[in-house]
Amino acid sequence: MNIVVCVKKIPDPEIPPAKFKLDIEAMRVIPPEGIPPVLSPYDAQAVELAIRLKEKNGGTITVLSIDEEGSPKIVRHALSMGADEGIVLTDEAFCDADSFGTADILSRAIKKIGGFDLILCGRQAADWDEGLVGSIIAEKLELPLVTLAEDIELMNDGEYAIKVRRVTLDGYQVFGVPCPAVVTVSNEVGAPRLPSGWGIISASKKDIPVWNAADIEMDTSKLGQKAFRRKLKKLFIPDRKRECEIIEAETTAEAAVKLAERLKDEGWV
Amino acid sequence: MSENKGVLICGEVGDRNVSAVTLELLNAGRIISDKLGESLSLLLIGQDIEKAAQDAITCGADKVYTANGAPFSESLPETHVRTVADVCANIHPRLILLGQTDMGREVAPRLAARLDASVCLDCVKINIDPGTGRLLQSKPVYGGNALAVWESANHFPQIVTLRPRSSEQAEPDNSRKGEIISVKLSTEGTSAKLIETVREELKGISLEEAQVIVAGGGGIGGKEGFEPLHELAQILRGAVGTSRVPCDEGWMPKNLEIGQTGHMVNPGLYIAIGISGAPQHLAGCSGSKCIVAINRDPEAHIFVEADFGIIGNYKEALPPLIDKLKSMLSE
Repeated sequence: MNIVVCVKKIPDPEIPPAKFKLDIEAMRVIPPEGIPPVLSPYDAQAVELAIRLKEKNGGTITVLSIDEEGSPKIVRHALSMGADEGIVLTDEAFCDADSFGTADILSRAIKKIGGFDLILCGRQAADWDEGLVGSIIAEKLELPLVTLAEDIELMNDGEYAIKVRRVTLDGYQVFGVPCPAVVTVSNEVGAPRLPSGWGIISASKKDIPVWNAADIEMDTSKLGQKAFRRKLKKLFIPDRKRECEIIEAETTAEAAVKLAERLKDEGWV
Repeated sequence: MSENKGVLICGEVGDRNVSAVTLELLNAGRIISDKLGESLSLLLIGQDIEKAAQDAITCGADKVYTANGAPFSESLPETHVRTVADVCANIHPRLILLGQTDMGREVAPRLAARLDASVCLDCVKINIDPGTGRLLQSKPVYGGNALAVWESANHFPQIVTLRPRSSEQAEPDNSRKGEIISVKLSTEGTSAKLIETVREELKGISLEEAQVIVAGGGGIGGKEGFEPLHELAQILRGAVGTSRVPCDEGWMPKNLEIGQTGHMVNPGLYIAIGISGAPQHLAGCSGSKCIVAINRDPEAHIFVEADFGIIGNYKEALPPLIDKLKSMLSE
């Protein structure tokens, strides 16, 4: 099974909220000092699921990422986890692409790669939390789609090649899906593996091609601000209106008793 | 002027009634329709939905389109996407509203690609800019660390999913009149098949309905640690929930997760125990009226978001808290 995984580089989403800073004027996030960007967690889980599939069934994994600076770092991280090939997409015209533009760029690159059975994306990127690109890729390539997957198994039942388990709010659904298909991956997949020592060494030796707009025959007039269907007007840190009353006491047990009384006084219990 | 007019809500039916999220959409959609001076339509797909359709009219819909078919959870998403797209091809709405639910987050992106629409998922507020007449969409981003406001360009239709509990529910007004129009369910072009839908039934009160929620996080340390949380919840007639860590670690079932990737709740009282307060978790509970935090780490972000806090070990805090509440509540 040949799998393409689309991944994104984002500011580390695990930083403490106190370190999260915005440039209000420019409406963008100020990268936290000394904390490098990371592979978006849901995308790392997509890489993890791809590797589990490869371990069971063989095949190759190609990782694809758009990177403003053309840096191979995030792709190399995925290779060190166990992916086989990586491609970086970079072009001045790719900067600021919206979800439709991003899906267009990735779809063209996926077509150029060719020979794939499965395309995996994270359920959403943990920066703008849009949750759109995977679905739009499926529509553009006219492929079946299952979103929010927590597991994929081979099925080999006539036209249905894979069995995909989709997370729902109160349980799950199982779909039989023909390949090629697009699947977006949810956090229920569990923690992505850390790169192994050997993985890091072999990933560092791999050649990671860099493709630009011309390489994927992308009409760049369809990208950028003028193509946006909505424009960012304001970006701000919401005002937290709560003021915390810390219950002080000699011991935690005494504080707990005081808390019960305070909750009763205020009518919460 | 564009030829796209009116607001279309893609609603959901549960137990023959319009779902809570759909009532919220009817309220939000009615406000926008009235500002625009245009009509509000609702599409319902399900079985035995005549009563729900009638209720939707009393709750603000001018027209209700009904399609007879399995509800979203029992059918292929493709049939719903196509049925919505067919209705849109007939009525050309300006705005299409869905809930940020299993259905909405699946249907909205596909529909957007198919209708070449603008789309914004998981909004907490929508409005029409009084100056420009354009649609404004407020959406939490960066896991809830920031809020973004987007303005739609003149690109129609515009699709928005609204986060559950971000709007009040529409109130019924029996004097309202409306029209119910039956439409065909589209079943063509479905290449996948649904093998099964499994609901993992929860015992007790659902998180959405609970007036008190006792939630545990990574600080609980294991499955056994949740026992006093269950006891506390029982005394307060509430429900137990979790942040993401206990679900990822397998201590608790994942359908108890509260947050961006789980349930959205707003009880009267929310007791967060051993929860650090990641924005992704707070996204699901920040609407609670009173938040209590119990955490060993005085620097934990949860204290910024709480009304009452205890800095200390929950194992020392919960037994006396339970005893005191028991005796107070039995008085």
